[in-house]
Amino acid sequence: MVPKRSWLSRLLGSGRSSRIAYLYLVPAFLVMSIITIYPLAFQVWMSFTDMQLIHLNLRLGLTPDFVGLKNYIDVLASQLAIPNFNFLRIVIYNLWWAVANVAIHLVLGVAIALLLNVKGLKFRKFYRAMFILPVVIPPIIVATVWANMFDAQNGAINLLLAAMGRFLGMSPEVFRIDWLRQVASPIDWLLPSWNGGPNLSLPLAFYAMLATNTWLGWPLNSVVATGALQSIPHELYEAAEMDGATPRQQFRHITLAYLRPAMIPYAIYGFVITFNLFFLSFFMSGGGPAGRTELLVTQAYRLANEQRLYGVAAAFAVIMFFILLAITLVANRLTKATQSYSL
Amino acid sequence: MSAPSVSRSQTRSRFALWSRRGQPGLVRQFGLQLLCLFVLFTVLFPIVWVVSLSLDPLNRSRPEGLTIIPDGATLEAYAQVIRQPTNNAISFLDLTLNSLKIALGTSLISVGIGVSAAYAFSRLNFRGRQVLMIAILGVLMLPAVATLVPLFVLLNSVKVDLPLLGQFNLRQSLLGVGLAIVSGLLPFAIWNLKGYLDTIPRDLEEAAAVDGASVNQTFLKIILPLAVPAIAVTGFLGFIAGWTEFYFTSTFLSGNITDHTLALALNAMVGQFSNTPWSLFSAFAILFAVPPAIVYFIVQKWITSGLAIGGVKG
Repeated sequence: MVPKRSWLSRLLGSGRSSRIAYLYLVPAFLVMSIITIYPLAFQVWMSFTDMQLIHLNLRLGLTPDFVGLKNYIDVLASQLAIPNFNFLRIVIYNLWWAVANVAIHLVLGVAIALLLNVKGLKFRKFYRAMFILPVVIPPIIVATVWANMFDAQNGAINLLLAAMGRFLGMSPEVFRIDWLRQVASPIDWLLPSWNGGPNLSLPLAFYAMLATNTWLGWPLNSVVATGALQSIPHELYEAAEMDGATPRQQFRHITLAYLRPAMIPYAIYGFVITFNLFFLSFFMSGGGPAGRTELLVTQAYRLANEQRLYGVAAAFAVIMFFILLAITLVANRLTKATQSYSL
Repeated sequence: MSAPSVSRSQTRSRFALWSRRGQPGLVRQFGLQLLCLFVLFTVLFPIVWVVSLSLDPLNRSRPEGLTIIPDGATLEAYAQVIRQPTNNAISFLDLTLNSLKIALGTSLISVGIGVSAAYAFSRLNFRGRQVLMIAILGVLMLPAVATLVPLFVLLNSVKVDLPLLGQFNLRQSLLGVGLAIVSGLLPFAIWNLKGYLDTIPRDLEEAAAVDGASVNQTFLKIILPLAVPAIAVTGFLGFIAGWTEFYFTSTFLSGNITDHTLALALNAMVGQFSNTPWSLFSAFAILFAVPPAIVYFIVQKWITSGLAIGGVKG
């Protein structure tokens, strides 16, 4: 007969191994309950209130009012009294920003890995060592330095363009491009807006940040691709050659086949990182012009730090959670489809 | 194998300039080098630009053109930045110490607490394991910015009164910032370390179990020594996250100048209404970036060798 157990012992599991496991978990569990789980639960409560700066003054002792789903509706319907806030535009731009970046990183990363993998290339080691440099520089520095480089008056990019333009006899005055603040978008058809929808046109700042993030992002892709390339057995190419496969066929059926399982999980990881990339948007374009390069993360920061609408900011964070959850679920699907994965 | 293809590869090898197999010919090597040099130029351009800017004399607020070594190159900017980088009355050393406190404190605590939890998740069986793992994954998914508001409000309501540290508002202190960072860093450390422990083969532990080793002995004598590289990498990634932390420090520490960090000073130097000479900004950026960059170079092999080990969420 099975002895009856109390609910507590059932909850805590039975046997030595379970009890020891809990001992190992206790420190992390205690710390996370207090500073992670409780604040997140508190955030959900806050999201249903009109909490603002005034409620933080403990001496006044004011308690925020319960407003139901008002914050959520205001965010989703873009009804916040904040300049340039359009939720749909932020989400679409944010997705587009991540997709465009990852696609470029992937193609450039693989292409340069292939270039450095060519047999007999001189100075290969030197190039590999130098090309890793962008990875080791903290993103906050990269963002501030590139913001400086894209300066309209004295920035390096305009100076470089002017120097090149001089060869073609162009006046340096042509190259006073205001990369980060120009309102007009250079390419209209790229992300078209629809009637009644938000203004999705991509300002010049988008391309400036795309260039910056390309500089920042391709090297690590290249490292991953190089690892995959080096794992391809040489005999495969020899065998293919014997069977009369053309170089193009070899590339498609051997090289790409080996690259794919390595690159897809990494591309998904890169997608999530780029999706939440705070520093470029914050330090380079400041989300502008007119909020057109605002990301979810920078908007969340502004709601908390600048507008100080804590209730709205909490609702915004909860909505962000569900967007990221959806992305993670899709990403997990994609990863599972390409390799085995265990929780 | 058909005859034509043999003869084709023979003709090809006669033209050494274009040879595809073995060593590339001269023309091809030249073309490849040109491509590599172009990539090298794009990689180095911003770095050379910043180094060049940092050598400008202090009385030159903006550069005069593209140079590698500017006219009148000097290290004045570095000297000035080390004395006092911004208008705020705090020296570079104090900023560095504050950044170090946050970076070291948060990464040590997260890895120290995280490794035992990671061991439990990786090796021990217990009820609720799946649920807890999913909870950690859920927290990991959220970027740090999304926890800014509740941590701000909650820490703001805590008044600390300790014998050694004195009386202060937890939100407006390095301790509060540290707690907020650990809130996101600990789940990351657990997940990352668990991922690594999962890859350690179980043979050794099974052998130890046969010899009668307890769970604790296995953890301390077998797992911990084997996990040193992962602990080092996780600790380093946590360190970098703390070293450049911006969301919490900028939101929490407003006004409290003596607690400011390097990231806040950088923000003050590039702010919208800042007219800091670019030489100062560049010298500061270099001093800020070089220490972690050097360590990154050293541990880089470990970081990229196992990409189960990812970056810290930003």
